[in-house]
Amino acid sequence: MKQAFSKVITTATLLGAVVLAACEAPPPESVQRGYRGTGMEALYDPDQLDALVAANTVPDSLPAVPAVGPKASDVYQNVQVLGDLTLGEFTRLMAAMTEWVSPEEGCNYCHVPGEGFEQDTLYTKKVARVMIEMTQNANQNWDSHVGGAGLTCYTCHRGNNIPDATWTTAVAPAHAARIGVTMQNIASENAVSTSLPMDPFSPYLLGAESIRSAGTTALPEGDGRSVKDTESIYSLMMHFSDALGVNCTHCHNSRAFNDWAQSSPARERAWHGIRMVREMNNEYIEQTADWLPAHRTGPLGDPLKVNCETCHQGAYKPLLGANMVADYPNLARLTQTEPAVEAPDSAAPMAAPAEEENGAP
Amino acid sequence: MIEYQNIFTQVQVDAPDYPGVPIGDDEYNRVGGIGHSYWMGKLGDAQIGPIYLGPFGVMALFMGFIAFEIIGLNMFASVNWDPLEFIRQLPWLALEPPPAKYGLSIPPLNDGGWWLMAGFFLTAAILLWWWRTFTISKRLGMSSYLAWAFAGAIWLYLVLGFIRPVLMGSWSEAVPFGLFPHLDWTAAFSLRYGNLFYNPFHMLSIAFLYGSAVLFAMHGATILAVSRYGGDREIDQITDRGTAAERSMLFWRWCMGFNASMESIHRWAWWFAVLTVVTGGIGILLTGTVVENWYLWGVKHGIAPAYPALEPTVLADPQMMEAAQ
Repeated sequence: MKQAFSKVITTATLLGAVVLAACEAPPPESVQRGYRGTGMEALYDPDQLDALVAANTVPDSLPAVPAVGPKASDVYQNVQVLGDLTLGEFTRLMAAMTEWVSPEEGCNYCHVPGEGFEQDTLYTKKVARVMIEMTQNANQNWDSHVGGAGLTCYTCHRGNNIPDATWTTAVAPAHAARIGVTMQNIASENAVSTSLPMDPFSPYLLGAESIRSAGTTALPEGDGRSVKDTESIYSLMMHFSDALGVNCTHCHNSRAFNDWAQSSPARERAWHGIRMVREMNNEYIEQTADWLPAHRTGPLGDPLKVNCETCHQGAYKPLLGANMVADYPNLARLTQTEPAVEAPDSAAPMAAPAEEENGAP
Repeated sequence: MIEYQNIFTQVQVDAPDYPGVPIGDDEYNRVGGIGHSYWMGKLGDAQIGPIYLGPFGVMALFMGFIAFEIIGLNMFASVNWDPLEFIRQLPWLALEPPPAKYGLSIPPLNDGGWWLMAGFFLTAAILLWWWRTFTISKRLGMSSYLAWAFAGAIWLYLVLGFIRPVLMGSWSEAVPFGLFPHLDWTAAFSLRYGNLFYNPFHMLSIAFLYGSAVLFAMHGATILAVSRYGGDREIDQITDRGTAAERSMLFWRWCMGFNASMESIHRWAWWFAVLTVVTGGIGILLTGTVVENWYLWGVKHGIAPAYPALEPTVLADPQMMEAAQ
């Protein structure tokens, strides 16, 4: 009897060890972010903090150059978005961008050797132009989201041609011909391995569908939204959480997810972030669709777009909040460009896409 | 020497084939033959079968099989009939109710129609099975506690999949058939209606659910502890109280000043279990139909305490701020 009992204990211990092997060893580092008892806290596995810091270390900045000398547009031709920079600043930024985006390919990633820098032969050069404007616009007009840190090409690219995390409009997974497609209930990375809808980006980060579905009154007053809408929003929120390496309570008090008065300031930042990303996708990235090569688009031919993870890459602030743009002031605001270029009008801030958020007062 | 004290019984409850009492002219409904299993004898009775199926049992199994096939084949079709993918994705796969646009109308088969059909057959199967529990009880001269307890669970099932969707005017309000999908649905449901934890019937349901578990453990432990004095003949001891009953009741009276009786503990258990699903069903039924946001309802009725503000300036809805400008 005793022997049998000890066998049971041994088996249970072994099984337990196997099951727990996938868990992070306690105790986690815990950071209180809300009133005690509300569970609003950030949890970090101390064993993974070093890796997080290492992955978010900012590379050394190139030495600053004095802002004097001839302008880039006077020296080079066809400088559409950085023409106002001095030659020194321009060259420094080009060198930095090479380090950030194409450290292996070098200048030839955007320029064909021997062809003259002014040629727009390669699509990568045209994309770079759009990306520079997108970055400048975010730094100039989206202080509400990126204020205090700003962003550079490195924020997303981290030495890669294409940032690690991008998205394109999802297509239905392989299914039998006449079966209905719900675009959910298949394990997907977008929905962070839940069965929730697998494209939480198209409606909210490209389109401007309302991200509010919870009731706003104690008792029903007219038509509310369907639980199916909630599932879609829930999927987007899973993406937020995964992209930032945080849990729901980073922004919300989980007892009343929709109540702003109980939310942390991070939620307001995120609210502006959603609109910033929408603008990036609509005003900048979508225009590249016409001339991107097929291997840089999704299955529906749409360009690779931005979501939270594109910049955040698992950190609650990209690069853990390092202010990299301070060393690259040319990226901090839209360059004063000559008129008659095809760049968007830089004098007025971009208008955000029309919002249809009728679900909330 | 046989001991009757372990996690599982050490006693083989086994005997020669025994079909049960004669039941008269529908004897032919008792089918399946008789087998004996040593391992089942570890858990309960070693004799397997016969089973009284009857016309309702046959119909219930048939209806249930149809529902099972509709759900399973829809899942299989959603991975393009790929058996490996079917196994890999099985916990994620689902048969979804129709989109909201169809309301309570009958949607096309591939846009929720299969869901409606699976729901019909599953409900029919469950109701037929319920009738079986009722009639078998009657046949054995038992009263119908079991059938009514089962009816409690069916109530919750019907509220989730039929009554509430009908009151809300849309099949899309119902639960999908699927492992993870129905769990994700549950979380989304609570988010949509402002946190079910502030729903008093949800509170009651949780209290009864956890209470059922505690009562079950207390009762099971008590009876096992006095089985050496004949406590396992507990029903016998309801009226003919022996030393087992006295000891077990003394234990609880010394422990907490009050004890259930050999009879009442079973009523406690029955009501706790049944009220879990009855109150749960009421809570779901009220959600969305008469209450839109349970947290705000809780604030209105003084059951949701306010916490001190997080920041010197309380966060305001940026959308309203923008609209105000």
